[in-house]
Amino acid sequence: MSNNDEVLVDVHGVDRVFRRGSEEIHVLQKLDLQVRRGEFLALMGPSGSGKSTLLNLIGGLDRPSSGTVAIGGERIDGLNDRELAAWRARHVGLVFQFYNLLPVLNAQKNVELPLLLTSLSATQRRDHAAAALEIVGLKDRNTSFPSQLSGGEQQRVGIARAIVTDPTILLCDEPTGDLDQKSGDEILSLLQALNREQGKTIIMVTHDPHASARATRTVYLNKGRLLAEKPE
Amino acid sequence: MKFAGLVWSNLKRRKLRTALTILSVLVAFLLFGFLGAIKQALVGGVDLSDANRLIVRHRVSIIQMLPLAYMDRIGRIPGVVSVTPFIWFNGIYQDPKNFFGSFPVDPVGLLDMYPEISLPAAQRKAWLETRTGAVVGRGLVDRFGWKIGDRIPLVSPIWPKGGASDTWEFEIVGIYDAGRKGADTSGFYFRYDYFDEARQQGKGSIGWYGVRVDSPDHAAAISRAIDNEFANSPAETKSESEGAFAQGFVQQFGDIAAIVLAILAAVFFTILLVAGNTMAQSVRERTNELGVLKAIGFSNERVLGIVLAESFVIAALGGILGLALALVLVAAFAPSLATYLPGFFLPPKQLVAGAGLVVVLGLVAGILPALSAMRLRIAEALRRSA
Repeated sequence: MSNNDEVLVDVHGVDRVFRRGSEEIHVLQKLDLQVRRGEFLALMGPSGSGKSTLLNLIGGLDRPSSGTVAIGGERIDGLNDRELAAWRARHVGLVFQFYNLLPVLNAQKNVELPLLLTSLSATQRRDHAAAALEIVGLKDRNTSFPSQLSGGEQQRVGIARAIVTDPTILLCDEPTGDLDQKSGDEILSLLQALNREQGKTIIMVTHDPHASARATRTVYLNKGRLLAEKPE
Repeated sequence: MKFAGLVWSNLKRRKLRTALTILSVLVAFLLFGFLGAIKQALVGGVDLSDANRLIVRHRVSIIQMLPLAYMDRIGRIPGVVSVTPFIWFNGIYQDPKNFFGSFPVDPVGLLDMYPEISLPAAQRKAWLETRTGAVVGRGLVDRFGWKIGDRIPLVSPIWPKGGASDTWEFEIVGIYDAGRKGADTSGFYFRYDYFDEARQQGKGSIGWYGVRVDSPDHAAAISRAIDNEFANSPAETKSESEGAFAQGFVQQFGDIAAIVLAILAAVFFTILLVAGNTMAQSVRERTNELGVLKAIGFSNERVLGIVLAESFVIAALGGILGLALALVLVAAFAPSLATYLPGFFLPPKQLVAGAGLVVVLGLVAGILPALSAMRLRIAEALRRSA
């Protein structure tokens, strides 16, 4: 039984510095953030504020220059590449702005991709992927290739791929950024349902106040720091 | 195996490019197989040579004759097991372009010396009983459509026949097969006694001797002993192992192995560039997808393995199809080339070398793109696509 007061994501004193020649760019500065299990957190801020960088750190796609990142009590900032890859496969579902489906695979095979890293049999993989596609309402489009799907449908496949391994946390980087209003609303409703009905912890980067309104909490980032309240 | 579908799907991404790359690899391996068969035909005699056998010829040149009387003297040298004479007859059948090797021989000596000449016992008996009898290789019989009992007229510019006609007439009494793969079946052998009696000139002389010795370890010493036996005589000898003789013969064409190697090296270097370029392009085109694979948990090593597997599949498909096609074509051409290139076949060791080359090609063509895929940083790969 999960405890909804339990801190799932604990980012503490994190700096992320990029070097461009001799110049140092401080994308994140002494950042602290805690996210409780079962939260649907919207991460907002202007371009270049460090939202995606923070998401990458939480998702184990990048490592902080200093500070700590712990997910479910497990420090991930010190893991090596191989350990981090295995950790991502077990704990993280990623939803991208541009869907990032593999064009050479149909919807079913795209959703099965993360399952290739598990010990499931081919039949089990097929069944799991079918179930995930059913959750996102695309059960009948499993043989369609990305080029045969609308943007909204592709993003649904992307979400199915993200949830098929039943990850600890779902990280969405502007999931409605490339969609029209109607499709965007459908995707947000789907994410909301996953959060409410299945208790998925979701962190969503967005520029869109309409999207952040669906979240249970919104935090604002500016110049690599979290703001105490919504900026004017 | 569960990643095989992913590897195969990636290869199907640009079907035409993949197909053309596989085709170019196929052509390279077809050439590899064909040149291997040609090399086998040219140098195969060296491989087939028997370390127990020596060739004794005139010291000046093989076209200088030796006395038949040497046979007994060679036979008395310690370590010599048997001796048999040969002569280059240069028989022409109907037209000068119908060229093949024809030799007056001692039937018993020949069959004893060359067990790889496989002749049914009844035909051997017939040969011993028929003075004008000839034993002909299967390749030659197939070439001209001859059969046992046919009478074959030959003319020799070297050895005119005495009497009213200068045409030699032989009766085919036997057809021999190769007892060992690659052995020559284009020979035409007939009896020395008939030849020596009927030739106009040079009676009592022969071209060279085949000598069987008791042990390969003694071959060098026996060679020296034979040459010493005839030192300072009007017809001094040069004795060497059958392998060295065959090697010397082949080297009249140049160093075949080096030529073949040079051609293949050039071809495979080009193919390496073609296949390597295909893999590099393929990786560049899907930086984003590789980034996604890593993001969802594929390790660096697994991504390296997937790209390398694609490279191996291209090399393996092209290589296996190329070698298979070479095998089929070499077998198809072998009968018609039997008289010009006896022993024209694809030896198993060439296939093994081909398989090794497939692995090397797959690895070398794929390793750099695979390493660059492995080193991709996820955030950067995803950013590039956005």
